[in-house]
Amino acid sequence: MRIAEQASERHVLNVIVDNEAGILAKISGLFTARGYNIDSLTVADISEDHAISRVTVVTNGPPPVIDQIRAQLERLVPVHKVIDLTEAGPHVERELALIKVAGTGDKRVEALRIAELFRAKVVDTTTASFVFELTGAPDKVDSFITLMRELGLVEVGRSGVVGMMRGTQTE
Amino acid sequence: MSEERSGAAILIECLKRQGVEFVFGYPGGAVLPIYDELFADRDIRHILVRHEAGAAHAAEGYARSTGKPGVVLVTSGPGATNAVTGIADAYMDSIPMVVITGQVPTGLIGTDAFQEADTIGLTRHCTKHNYLVKDPERLRATIDEAFRIATTGRPGPVVIDIPKDVQIAMATWNEQDTAPLPSHRYEPRLAATDDEIVQAAEMLAAAEQPVFYTGGGVINAGPRASDLLRDLQRRTGAPVTSTLMGLGCFPADHPDWLGMLGMHGTYEANMAMNRADLIVAIGARFDDRVTGRLDAFAPQAKKIHIDIDRAQINKIVPVDLGIVGDCAHVLEQLLGALENRKAQDLSEWKARILGWKARECLAYPESHETIMPQKAVQRLFEMTRARDPIITTEVGQHQMWAAQYFGFMGPNKWLTSGGLGTMGYGLPAAIGAQLGNPDALVIDIAGEASIQMNIQELATASQYRLPVKIFILNNEYMGMVRQWQELTYESRYSNSYSDSLPDFVKLAEAYGWKGIRITEEAGLDGGIHAMLDHDGPVIVDCMVAKDANCFPMIPSGAAHTEMLLYGDKVGGTMDDEAKALV
Repeated sequence: MRIAEQASERHVLNVIVDNEAGILAKISGLFTARGYNIDSLTVADISEDHAISRVTVVTNGPPPVIDQIRAQLERLVPVHKVIDLTEAGPHVERELALIKVAGTGDKRVEALRIAELFRAKVVDTTTASFVFELTGAPDKVDSFITLMRELGLVEVGRSGVVGMMRGTQTE
Repeated sequence: MSEERSGAAILIECLKRQGVEFVFGYPGGAVLPIYDELFADRDIRHILVRHEAGAAHAAEGYARSTGKPGVVLVTSGPGATNAVTGIADAYMDSIPMVVITGQVPTGLIGTDAFQEADTIGLTRHCTKHNYLVKDPERLRATIDEAFRIATTGRPGPVVIDIPKDVQIAMATWNEQDTAPLPSHRYEPRLAATDDEIVQAAEMLAAAEQPVFYTGGGVINAGPRASDLLRDLQRRTGAPVTSTLMGLGCFPADHPDWLGMLGMHGTYEANMAMNRADLIVAIGARFDDRVTGRLDAFAPQAKKIHIDIDRAQINKIVPVDLGIVGDCAHVLEQLLGALENRKAQDLSEWKARILGWKARECLAYPESHETIMPQKAVQRLFEMTRARDPIITTEVGQHQMWAAQYFGFMGPNKWLTSGGLGTMGYGLPAAIGAQLGNPDALVIDIAGEASIQMNIQELATASQYRLPVKIFILNNEYMGMVRQWQELTYESRYSNSYSDSLPDFVKLAEAYGWKGIRITEEAGLDGGIHAMLDHDGPVIVDCMVAKDANCFPMIPSGAAHTEMLLYGDKVGGTMDDEAKALV
């Protein structure tokens, strides 16, 4: 027999939580225990007194599963609220990447030229390498990395997505 | 006035203020400071179990039968891991429970210390919430919040892990202090919105073939919810079915009672669900044991789902109207909205239901050589119903027969492991129930295999002079496993025979219980009488037909309409898709 699969869609969830021990394990563990997907997950405290953290999870699944993810997250006691940015409307998503490219000669020049087009910053350099810092929507980071593959890409670090509603609206 | 108290003393004081009567526990190194406080205490009664799983199940039995939270106290490491099954069981069945676990001192956490286990990690996904308390000043607020979380909203277990040094360390204790809780973060919604109630009332008023599909949530919402359900049924006339967990929320002798639904539910309950034009799910969660094949589940029905847990709504079955709220609250609101509406004439619908009832799906072949297990449960019911007993069960065929043939008239009388399906639940649960209801007749309807899973708790009942009764339907098989092997694996009975059984009568006597064996139908009533007449604990070893199956049955992957009844020809195998279903 075969295991059935369903078509899925990508959602960005902001989860506002009490900044307490074990909360990240609770959230990530919930995803594993119930078989949900995590594409990326970032977390940092965001309030002046360090009491509140904001977790951004990028997930994918069929719409009923996305609804369940939200409901299951809301059930956790330290979770204050869950905002599905994808449902909520226009929003910005940004990600930071550090990308190390090694090489000399034409490839090195081309890497620097493309980096300028992408408005990537050079945050470290030697005569044989660059570390670029790039922020942008995930697909922009993706295409930059794809281009760098041909030009001596040796290492990538990505922060995962953080997102926020556009306009005066707050979450 | 403030003073200093040890963490252990604060814990005991907080438990008292919560009104805790019993703590079910087992001592060990990491909880010695707490046990020393208990030694001097006169208000809390500690019930010493013989295995920590027994402590958790006993707390469940106490909680389920009284509506109050059960409290468990176990040591670190194996104490906590042994309790995990009971915690997971309480989580699945929404039983309010607070579990105090000892932990190695804070400085040793993470060093693989003696009897160290990551209790917080182990219980993360089988508790409603859990805490590791590292600061004794936080203990009081933590315990208060733990009780609030365990008992409100959808009830469930909460674990508080307390390192040994925190139990010993001193913290300020202020007599008046009602430490403010971070309550902003936990506010279960109780009432429905007006719009939801209007919509539900309209759907109910328009329905010509409605069914109330009720579950454990009605029991959890307190006896008032069961009363309101009866009022609502009276007003609408709609027939009522229930899940395993909901039995008792509607009286089994009512003409509009359909019996339990689902895999081993009645023909009329499942047919009514299948043909209904409106299903009102109240505190039930569309479990796979209830729905059968999902694409054939209640195909023509509009569905209203009332549940206090938002995550249950649309989880398995998409519904037309989801209402998040406490069953009692919402039923009361709904009754108010229905006040000026005329109920539909349901006589045609009820006539169809009578037709399904006429199939007599619970009929079974009489036997003259052996006792039919169904007969034994029926006689037990008839001979005890005047005493309004509390029934616990283990898990398996006997559990389903108890659900089918024992009639429950009110809530909190039926204690069974529904969601997790934990063999070994019934005896400790009966102990907890007996403590909470000292004058009640408490009977564990058991199987000879399940009862052995927590058989050590016989000693607990002896120690506290609890007159619990165990009624074993002994068919010398793990009957439900054997039944599935018969139906799906061509009767290859792999490891399901209960070999090397103890002599239960002698075993009972060894523990200071009375033991009774019933071997033929002529002795059935006499045996039950002898059990009831004895004022102490009794094991009845009732030898029943070895090959009886539990019917009706919806086979794996089948629809509600594809029930097997006694006398149906049953195939010996199934395709892989059906076998893969649990």
